[in-house]
Amino acid sequence: MSYETSAHDEPYLVVRDLRVSFPTAAGPVEAVRGLSYSVPLGRTLAIVGESGSGKSVSSLAVMGLHDPRRTRVGGSVTLGGQEIVGAPESALRRVRGARAAMIFQDPLSALHPYFTVGDQIAEAYRAHHRVGRGPARARAAELLDRVGIPRPRARLDEYPHQFSGGMRQRVMIAMALANDPKLLIADEPTTALDVTVQAQILDLIGDLQQEFGSAVVFITHDLGVVSEVADDVLVMYAGRAVEYGTADQVLARPLHPYAWGLLESIPALTGDPVPLRPIPGLPPRLTDLPGGCAFHPRCGQRERVLHGRCASEAPDLAPRSSEQGRLSRCHLSHPELIFVQEILPRLP
Amino acid sequence: MTLSATSHRARPQVPAVPGEPLLALRDVRMHFPAAGGTRAAPRTVKAVDGVSLTLHAGQTLGLVGESGCGKSTTARLIARLLEPTGGQILYRGVDIAHLSTRKLRPYRREIQLIFQDPVSSLNPRHTVGTIIGTALRTHRIVPPHREVARVQELLEIVGLDPDHHGRYPHEFSGGQRQRIGIARALAVRPKVIVADEPVSALDVSIQAQVMNLLEKLRREFGIAFVFIAHDLGVVRQFCDRVAVMYLGKVVESGSRDALYGTPMHPYAQALLSAAPNLATTRGAPPRARIRLVGDVPSPVDPPTGCRFRTRCWRAEDRCATTEPTLTPTAAGLNTACHFPERLDPSWLEVA
Amino acid sequence: MASAVAVVVATLLISFVLFFVAPRDPVGAVCGAKCPPERAAEIAASLHLDDPVPSQFGQYAWGIVAGRTITSGGTTVECAVPCLGYSYKLGQPVTALIADAAPVTFSIVLGAALVYLVVGVANGVVAARRRGSALDRLTVGGTLVLSSVPYFVVALVFALYVAGRVLPPSQYTSPLASPLGWASGLLAAWITLGLVNAAAYTRYSRASMIEALGEDFVRTARGKGISERRVVYRHALRAALGPVTTIFGIDLAAQLTGAIFTERIFGLPGLGTLTLNAFAQNDMPVIMGSVLVGAVLLVTLNLAVDLMYTVLDPRVRLG
Repeated sequence: MSYETSAHDEPYLVVRDLRVSFPTAAGPVEAVRGLSYSVPLGRTLAIVGESGSGKSVSSLAVMGLHDPRRTRVGGSVTLGGQEIVGAPESALRRVRGARAAMIFQDPLSALHPYFTVGDQIAEAYRAHHRVGRGPARARAAELLDRVGIPRPRARLDEYPHQFSGGMRQRVMIAMALANDPKLLIADEPTTALDVTVQAQILDLIGDLQQEFGSAVVFITHDLGVVSEVADDVLVMYAGRAVEYGTADQVLARPLHPYAWGLLESIPALTGDPVPLRPIPGLPPRLTDLPGGCAFHPRCGQRERVLHGRCASEAPDLAPRSSEQGRLSRCHLSHPELIFVQEILPRLP
Repeated sequence: MTLSATSHRARPQVPAVPGEPLLALRDVRMHFPAAGGTRAAPRTVKAVDGVSLTLHAGQTLGLVGESGCGKSTTARLIARLLEPTGGQILYRGVDIAHLSTRKLRPYRREIQLIFQDPVSSLNPRHTVGTIIGTALRTHRIVPPHREVARVQELLEIVGLDPDHHGRYPHEFSGGQRQRIGIARALAVRPKVIVADEPVSALDVSIQAQVMNLLEKLRREFGIAFVFIAHDLGVVRQFCDRVAVMYLGKVVESGSRDALYGTPMHPYAQALLSAAPNLATTRGAPPRARIRLVGDVPSPVDPPTGCRFRTRCWRAEDRCATTEPTLTPTAAGLNTACHFPERLDPSWLEVA
Repeated sequence: MASAVAVVVATLLISFVLFFVAPRDPVGAVCGAKCPPERAAEIAASLHLDDPVPSQFGQYAWGIVAGRTITSGGTTVECAVPCLGYSYKLGQPVTALIADAAPVTFSIVLGAALVYLVVGVANGVVAARRRGSALDRLTVGGTLVLSSVPYFVVALVFALYVAGRVLPPSQYTSPLASPLGWASGLLAAWITLGLVNAAAYTRYSRASMIEALGEDFVRTARGKGISERRVVYRHALRAALGPVTTIFGIDLAAQLTGAIFTERIFGLPGLGTLTLNAFAQNDMPVIMGSVLVGAVLLVTLNLAVDLMYTVLDPRVRLG
């Protein structure tokens, strides 16, 4: 039976009401509090958020890579119709690396320092293919070549530390691609890289997606990177999605005051420099979340909402604009108007 | 609240040559010994290899470039945490490149350093009050009975609760710890702050808060900054003048507007083109798209002639034999390139 | 490598100096307390005791590389390479004494090492994988109890109540003569030394393994969909072994030169017993010889650890 065809027109990755919590010294912490999104094949969803927003934790749960003894995961994650949450380890193993693969932020620590890159890539391939060393090695060389590493055959026998940062990330990508995954999760894959190398890697990920038509979840804190890679954008704050839409919509006309704050915090490369208007205060501690909307203590718009609802009532993630498919978690009634009239003129 | 508002002992006089800039680097070199050399033929990492920069009082100079370009080493040289292997570091016209630790002391007060990682630069066993108080005491900034009050003033200047002077660094968030580092640097009333990636480790919203704080210090206290960052937008936001470094050398420098507007050096062009620009999502015109190939060569054995030639799409034979020097190429711009030229924005794919 | 040789030469010098500052009576050692003066002078001359000190050192050092002839009161002993001197108390060349004792010590220590490495690392890995569980806490608690009991108490209990009752009695038989006899005679010593050290190795490998299991590359390995067994044993354990190997090298050297308790309590004639007896009888040539052999062992094992490390970690090999 094939999971890929069993789901009728459902997006390849569907996350519904995902909850992730773990115990800490300060009591149990819910790092992801009811996250829902979906990614069809051929599209890239960027999940944007700052540290502690739950963006990385949620993607580890999608892969079933969280520590099962310490972490509790609720809700549902389906990959091509197959449920991941609560699935036995043996079933997860058949998914991981085969239909879903992951790339991490720091390729130096994500690659094993004691094994050659050829070994590590071949291992990923052999985990899901009954082949001998020879064919696996040939596959590894083919993958290195595909991700743009010169002299791939010779470099198979080298160790990760013998590669530059950008080349190491290419090795990680080659390893992730070993079994032609339908879903690729990239967790801040360019954060540790220089800007010219970042551009190379973003191009490579884009090319590969075009070629293989996979679904990509791209986790980043950098809205600039989002503008380069994403079809759709999900903005996370304090364990929840606060805004969702296409990249053009969210970057050009965001609906949520947190997204406005992010845009006003980022200096531009062109136009007249304007003063930055940072979001005041600090992100909340997950152990001590404010009541109502988690963002309200830092929000400049809360006076606009009557009866102090921002502090008392948590808004839903709901359509709040005429544009189809756009979602925002905010009580403001005409966010588009406020953005165009007040925020946009202040942006560079 | 200003720095001069409180009484303090007379500042130890640092000699000055009239008419000289506040800070100037002249052909500064920092060659570290590398593995694999012999006594007869030593191998060195040429981290900084002939850098000349000038900083005037109250100015902000940005250093940009990628890992291994030498910008952090340059920061450490300016703060004299390192002794250069060549060249001069002139503070008000006086060469401090090879001063002894004792003779450096007054300069240590004039030039302060802020690091990227606020956690590792603050002693976890000392309270914030002790950390900042030590700086005050070392340089005898205020009489002992005024110390606590001064610490509280400094905390307020950097936007922290003055009553938190008894807390330990781990009780603060990343952004707040960076503010503590800034307060410590500020404590000795420096003339120059060398900030090495001061906001790189911070989240976007916090990064903007710290940027605005630095801007306030520059404006209110007239402190000059050497500002090092890999984020080109952050440097553009903060600096009057910018120098682009590649493999231990400055390849282009000039006013912010000239450098970001019409860079003439191919590496500066490639760097700017690689950085994502959010303004394009709001209708700013797209820029040329340059993708460099390959990696930065080893600083142990840099290419002959122009160091960028191995990755440059404009390179010709001359680039391998003759090293270009910084020469004026456009209004407010100096470029080290044999073929300086504006980039045609219609170029979509080069190199 | 050069520094290793320097350490050995320095030890040689120091032990030689010790020989001269120590209270001693080499002549008395040969001919007894009531030695006639003319006989004493004759002996002193034959022992080159009248020669200047550097010359004596030269003879000693030369003997190690080229052998020498030692004359003593009419008898002449051909001391073959590597000549470490002659024990007048025991009437044998030091080299021969050490050559007899060394296999005993090596047998005890290497056999015990096998026990504690296998038991310790296996326990450590299991505890690390179930960190925080009842099993883990029991393991950690048990190792603490075992480590806080003085070693000689454990050894005495084993020697008195276990060896000869539950286990075969302790004795040394050459493995060439009877492999079975060799193993059964040393079993009690192996288990004693092995168990006590296993406690420490459980803790080392548990800590090292916990760190390794938290590494990014272990998460990457899991992300490939390989079996958890492979993740733990191929990826995590390989990384965790580095620090354990370092400690093992140091421990092994210390045990080879200091298995005195074990040898003494189990009555096994190894290097520790030899040295201890030599001290008791002020037998300087044997003491010097053991010190020198100990130094060579230490240096060799350190080199071996460095070598091991380059095999384990390719970054060291090339960087």
